[in-house]
Amino acid sequence: MRPAGTRHLPFGAALRDAGLAALIAAGLFLPMVGLRTDVDPNGALYLRTRWTDVLLLMAIVFAGRFLMRLWQEWKAGRQGPSLGKRFAGPLSRSGRLAAPALLLFAVLLPAIPGIGRYELDLGILVLTYVMLGWGLNIVVGLAGLLDLGYVAFYAVGAYSYALLAQNFGLSFWVCLPLAGILAAFWGVLLGFPVLRLRGDYLAIVTLGFGEIIRLVLLNWVSLTGGPNGIAGIPRPTFFGLSFSLGGGPGTFAGFFGLEPSPTHRVVFLYYLILALALLTNWVTLRLRRQPLGRAWEAMREDEIACRSLGINITVTKLTAFALGAMFGGFAGAFFATRQAFISPESFTFIESAIILAIVVLGGLGSQLGVAIAALVLIGGFEVFRDLQEWRMLVFGGAMVLIMIWKPRGLVGSRTPSVALGERRTISAAMVAEGRG
Amino acid sequence: MSAPLLEIRDVSTFYGAVEALKGVSLTVAPGEIVTLIGANGAGKSTLLMTICGDPRARAGRVIFDGQDITEQPTHRIVRGGIAQSPEGRRVFPRMSVHENLLMGAQSSGINPAPGLEQVFTLFPRLKEREAQRAGTLSGGEQQMLAIARALMAQPRLLLLDEPSLGLAPLVSRQIFQAIRRLNAETGLTVLLVEQNANQALRLAHRGYVLVTGRITLSGTGRELLARPEVRDAYLGGH
Repeated sequence: MRPAGTRHLPFGAALRDAGLAALIAAGLFLPMVGLRTDVDPNGALYLRTRWTDVLLLMAIVFAGRFLMRLWQEWKAGRQGPSLGKRFAGPLSRSGRLAAPALLLFAVLLPAIPGIGRYELDLGILVLTYVMLGWGLNIVVGLAGLLDLGYVAFYAVGAYSYALLAQNFGLSFWVCLPLAGILAAFWGVLLGFPVLRLRGDYLAIVTLGFGEIIRLVLLNWVSLTGGPNGIAGIPRPTFFGLSFSLGGGPGTFAGFFGLEPSPTHRVVFLYYLILALALLTNWVTLRLRRQPLGRAWEAMREDEIACRSLGINITVTKLTAFALGAMFGGFAGAFFATRQAFISPESFTFIESAIILAIVVLGGLGSQLGVAIAALVLIGGFEVFRDLQEWRMLVFGGAMVLIMIWKPRGLVGSRTPSVALGERRTISAAMVAEGRG
Repeated sequence: MSAPLLEIRDVSTFYGAVEALKGVSLTVAPGEIVTLIGANGAGKSTLLMTICGDPRARAGRVIFDGQDITEQPTHRIVRGGIAQSPEGRRVFPRMSVHENLLMGAQSSGINPAPGLEQVFTLFPRLKEREAQRAGTLSGGEQQMLAIARALMAQPRLLLLDEPSLGLAPLVSRQIFQAIRRLNAETGLTVLLVEQNANQALRLAHRGYVLVTGRITLSGTGRELLARPEVRDAYLGGH
């Protein structure tokens, strides 16, 4: 092997590879982009061809693939540690700072000048997904149970609050724990039939479960209003003080002698979801250091070994489902009170997929990674809103890039829950998976 | 001979319609090392798993310390004093050595501190590797960890499933020495399943030969080593 740097790059192989990629792209884009049906001025359908667009796309794929190959070869040729390893040190160091910095930013956000209603609403949305991501992380990241129907618990929480508040006049603070308990109950109910399932089979059943819940909500018109949803859900109160704009003594503004403003409620909702998300995080971090959390992780690593050690797999799985579902339920109740209107349309499979994408992109089991992924994914959706249909393309591209550079997620390492002396994180890439 | 710590009476176990164990009986007295040798697929591992109730015996009884544990759930059996080091080691690769050991003590709910001290005396290597990810250990170290993890439950009966599997001869000798020391110093009862018949029979007080789900021979380790059938089938002839 020649010393680093002088090794010439295999242009030929890279060209062949890029050519192949361009051909595959041609196969995909010729029918999808190249042919388009349009309506001519006479109202008749005709086939429009867009060969230049196809050629352009092929050229992009060719160049991208070519450069990627060269970059990979160049990196492999250098004898130094891989990119991942060189970044591992600074990343984990900055990681220690990133979490408090993000937290501080989240707490101070409403006070930052220039932050208006729009930014706060976006913050609430991001935090909702952070919370959902952390909740699902218990099931998928820690316990290793692939759940594709997580949105079902979000829906159960939302409808629980909406129905309890509307039919029995219960306040948000009474309904919040009830929504969590009901969602946890459904989590256990889902958990029982899937106790013996793993991997793909579990994923399919949870996917079906999510759809069942949505279809029941859609069709049980007498209870849920069906596709019309539930409107006029009571808004939350600040210890009994409403956020209405009347300014009377029973309102928040009136009580504190403030100028009535719609921002008060938004700020309150923002801090409410921040507190709920932090509660999820705190419980997860606490449990990871407890025997139960350790059993979840051990079950993710090797279920048979857990059995042989006398770990009660039934209890371990059901608690993971129940706790993950409970936080999903809390988030659902929050969603209902924030929107004041819910319908089955908010709880489609794409929601489950987004939450799962947040957990996976964040690095399974990593709390900070999940938070960053939620920020990037949900925040990114907003930032690129102007791009309209290009948005999905940007996200597809971003996911491909993450697959290339960080195949184990943004934060793909795990800190031991019990540390002796210094805490060392070990990159997941250095450990073989699934084998003892 | 004192009352056996473990008695297996005419146990039959099925995987679906396949009868993996066909009426196996054996006893293990307190303080004994008993080994079960046999070829691939003879049912050795199945027997150990059946003792732990997973899969459950379809016929026959498993009696531990005078109690019928045939129908007990697995976690109850393990809590009752039987610990198993499973075949293929099966350590938790992304958890640290320390966390792996804690998992061993978890189901019985006992204080892990004395157990940690004991296993670190037995396997000083694990002490050095305590903060390391179990998946980064060598095969021999992983086997030590698997045994140590089982010992954390402070069992009265230790079930070892092929501890020498895939290990260099020198390393497997170390493992066998550790088992002997453990038995001699603490009087721990061991039921050992092995393909490495030579080493296993030298170590064990008594042994059983399992052939396609049936016990065909039994005797002291030395007796079995001298039997021509055993020599031919498991010790490579000569």
